[in-house]
Amino acid sequence: MRMTHKALMALLPLAPLACPAVHAKTLDVAAGADAQTRLQEALISAAPGDVVQIGPGRFALTDTLSLDAPGVTVRGAGMEATVLDFTGQQGGGQGMLVTAADVTLRDFAIENPKGDGIKSKAANNIVYYRIRVTWTGGPKATNGGYGIYPVESTNVLVDGSQVSGASDSGIYVGQSEHITIRNCLAEANVAGIEIENSRNALVEHNLVTRNTGGILVFDLPNLPKMGGGNVLVSGNLVVSNDLANFAPPGNIVASVRRGTGIMVMANDGVEVSDNVLDRNPTASVLVIAYPRPFTDTRYNPLERRVTIGANRIGRGGYDPQLPGKDMLLKAFGGALPPVIWDGLGDTPALPAGSTALSLGLAKQGAGVDAAVNPQPLAAAQGGKPAPIDRATIGAPAALDARIAS
Amino acid sequence: MKQRSRLAALSAILSLALGAGPVPAVNDAAILSPDLPTTLPPELSTFGFFRNGAALSPAEGVTAYRLNTPLWSDGAEKLRFLYLPKGTVARAQGEGLLDLPVGAALVKSFAFTEAGKRKLIETRVLLHRASGWVAASYQWDAAQTSARLVPAGARVPITTPGGEVISYKIPNRNQCKECHALDNVMTPIGPKARNLSVAWLDAQHRAGRLDAVPAVAHRLPLWEERAKLAPALAARAYLEANCAYCHNAKGAASNSGLWLGWDEADPVRLGLGKPPVAAGRGSGALTYDVAPGDPEGSILVHRMASTEPGVAMPEIGRSSVDKDGLAVIRAWIASLR
Repeated sequence: MRMTHKALMALLPLAPLACPAVHAKTLDVAAGADAQTRLQEALISAAPGDVVQIGPGRFALTDTLSLDAPGVTVRGAGMEATVLDFTGQQGGGQGMLVTAADVTLRDFAIENPKGDGIKSKAANNIVYYRIRVTWTGGPKATNGGYGIYPVESTNVLVDGSQVSGASDSGIYVGQSEHITIRNCLAEANVAGIEIENSRNALVEHNLVTRNTGGILVFDLPNLPKMGGGNVLVSGNLVVSNDLANFAPPGNIVASVRRGTGIMVMANDGVEVSDNVLDRNPTASVLVIAYPRPFTDTRYNPLERRVTIGANRIGRGGYDPQLPGKDMLLKAFGGALPPVIWDGLGDTPALPAGSTALSLGLAKQGAGVDAAVNPQPLAAAQGGKPAPIDRATIGAPAALDARIAS
Repeated sequence: MKQRSRLAALSAILSLALGAGPVPAVNDAAILSPDLPTTLPPELSTFGFFRNGAALSPAEGVTAYRLNTPLWSDGAEKLRFLYLPKGTVARAQGEGLLDLPVGAALVKSFAFTEAGKRKLIETRVLLHRASGWVAASYQWDAAQTSARLVPAGARVPITTPGGEVISYKIPNRNQCKECHALDNVMTPIGPKARNLSVAWLDAQHRAGRLDAVPAVAHRLPLWEERAKLAPALAARAYLEANCAYCHNAKGAASNSGLWLGWDEADPVRLGLGKPPVAAGRGSGALTYDVAPGDPEGSILVHRMASTEPGVAMPEIGRSSVDKDGLAVIRAWIASLR
C-alpha cells in the first residue's frame, strides 16, 4: 500500500485504529516549503515497517529531525539527489537523531549540521547505507564533531557512506558492540573513522584519506562502557592522511598527530592486516597507551594483544609530529619504520622481517611528548600474534539483508 | 421571553460546538486513549484541564504546583498542574519522583509577558496511559482562545523577560522524549519529592491525593533564594533541574559519563578534571568539563553561555542564555579548589 503523506494526514481525524496497521506504508515527503514540519511529522507518523521516502531536492531545515519509531526506513533518492540542508540550523545538537531500534537510513545527505550529522543512541540493529554527511566549507574547527555517530548500540552497519569535514571523527562508533564499517569514504576529517570504547568491530574496505588521522581504535576512561577490543582493521586504503589537526583542543582527537594512518590506543585485541597505507607522514601505524593521567580504577590504559599483520605499506613516517623528529629521521634514514609503539603496554606482534620503532616511554600518563628513548624493534622482538575472534566481529548478517535491495 | 430562551439555548449549543463553553470535568477518556498518534486530540480543550481556557483555572482534580528549583526555558513563566482522576492516589517514593497512577496528567503551560499581559505560547501535557507516559505540545493561538496540537513542534518569535528577541522552539513529540526518557522509557521529570515543598506535599496528603508525605533529607533550595545560599548548593540544585534529566546513567547523555544529578558524589562524573568525550566543537578548546577555580576555563560554562546549536547546552529547550543560572555555576566553579 502506497500512500502519500498528505493523504495519510487527511485520514488522521478518523477513528483511532484498534491495532497498528498490518500493511507497511510509505510516507512521501517532497522538497518545498515547510520541509521541517512535513518531514518531522512523517517521522512521527511512521510505524514499524514503514518507509519515510524523502524525494529529491534540497530541504532547508532549522532543527534536529528525530526518529523514535522502531523498524522504520528513512530513504532518500540518493546521497547526491536528496540533501537535508542544515546550514540554517537554529536548534538541536544534531542533524538527525535516532533513538529507536531496527532503523535503516539510506540514500540521502546531511549538509552543514551545526553539531553532529546523524546520531543514533541506544538504537540497536541500525543500518546506515549510502549516507553522505558533508560540511561544505571544508575542514574547519567550527564544523560539527561527528558525521555518522552511532553510540551505545548493539549491531551497527555503516556501508557505502561518505563523511567529510568533521571536526572530530567522520564515522564514529562509541560504546557499542558488533559493528561493521565498510566501503565508506572518510575524507578531510580530523579522524576518518574511529571505534571508541567498543567491542567486536570490523573496519574493512574503506577509503580513508586527507584526514589528520585515518582509522583510530581508542578506549577512554570515565565512560559507562569501557574495555574496547576484538577489532579487525582490514583491507582499507589509508593514504595521504596529512591534514593539520583542526579539532578543538581538549577533545582526545586533538592529540592525534597529523599524518597518522592507523592508530590503536588502550585496546585489548586489535588486528591490523591487509591494508594499503601510503603517505601518512607521522606514522603508518601507531600503537600507544592512553596518553593522559586518569583516576578511573576500572580502566586499563594500556595497549594489549595488538597484532600488526601483513599490510602493503608505502611511504610513511617521513615528517613525524614527534619529539626529537630531526634526530629520529636522521637515525632512520629519512623516514621512520612503519609501526611505531610507545613502549608501554604489550609489544605488538609484527610482520616477519619488519622493523618497528619503540618510543620507549617511561610511564603512562605523560603522553608521547614526554622524554622518549627511541629504539628500533626487530620483528623477532615483537609480541606473539594474538588473533582476534573473527566469529564475533562485525554486524550480524540480518543487517546486510536490509540493503540487499 | 420565549425568544430569549431560544437564543440562550442556541448560544449554549454554539458555545459547545465551538468548545468555548465551560467543561464540567476532565476528560479521562482523552487521557487514557490507547497510545497512537491518532488518539491525541487536536485541541487542548478536549482534555478539560481548565475551566476557562487561557485563564487556566483548574478543573476538578487539577492542582497547581511549583518546583523549588525549576528548569529554565528562555525565562518563560511556567504554570504547572497535576491532574489525578477521582479516587486515585499518588504514591510517595522516597525523595524521588511521585508515583502517579494511570490516568494522571501533568500539564505545563509556558507564558511570556507582552504589553503587560500574560501571553501563553504553549501547553505541554504528559499523559499517563496504560502503555506508559505520552507527551504532546499544544500551541496557543494569537487570540489566546485555543491551543492546537503541534506534533512536529514550531518556532515562535518571542521577546524574553530580558528583552531579547528570540525564535522560541516548541519541541516536537520526539524531543519531549529526549529529556523525558530513562532507559528509553518516558517518565516525568519535575515532581520529585526533593524538589517539592513540604507544604504542598502535606496539603496533597491531607486531601487524600498522596499516600504519605515523603521524608526528604536533602531538599532542593528555592531558586529565588539562591543569593543566600552556598554556591555549591545553588549550583547543584541548578544542575539537577537543568542538566541531570539527560546527564545521568539512564538518560540521553549517559554516554558522556558526565552525570550531574543531585546525589552524584564522584567528582569526575560531576565534571571536575574530566576531559570531554563526545563534545566535538562544544568543548570550545577547553580541557575540562569543570576546571576547579576557573569558570571561564570550564566547558560547562562555555556551553551554558552559548546559543549556537552544537555548542549550547541543554541541546534543546532554550534559545537564549540563562544569565542567572550561569552566574550560579560560575560562582560554584570559582569556589572549587
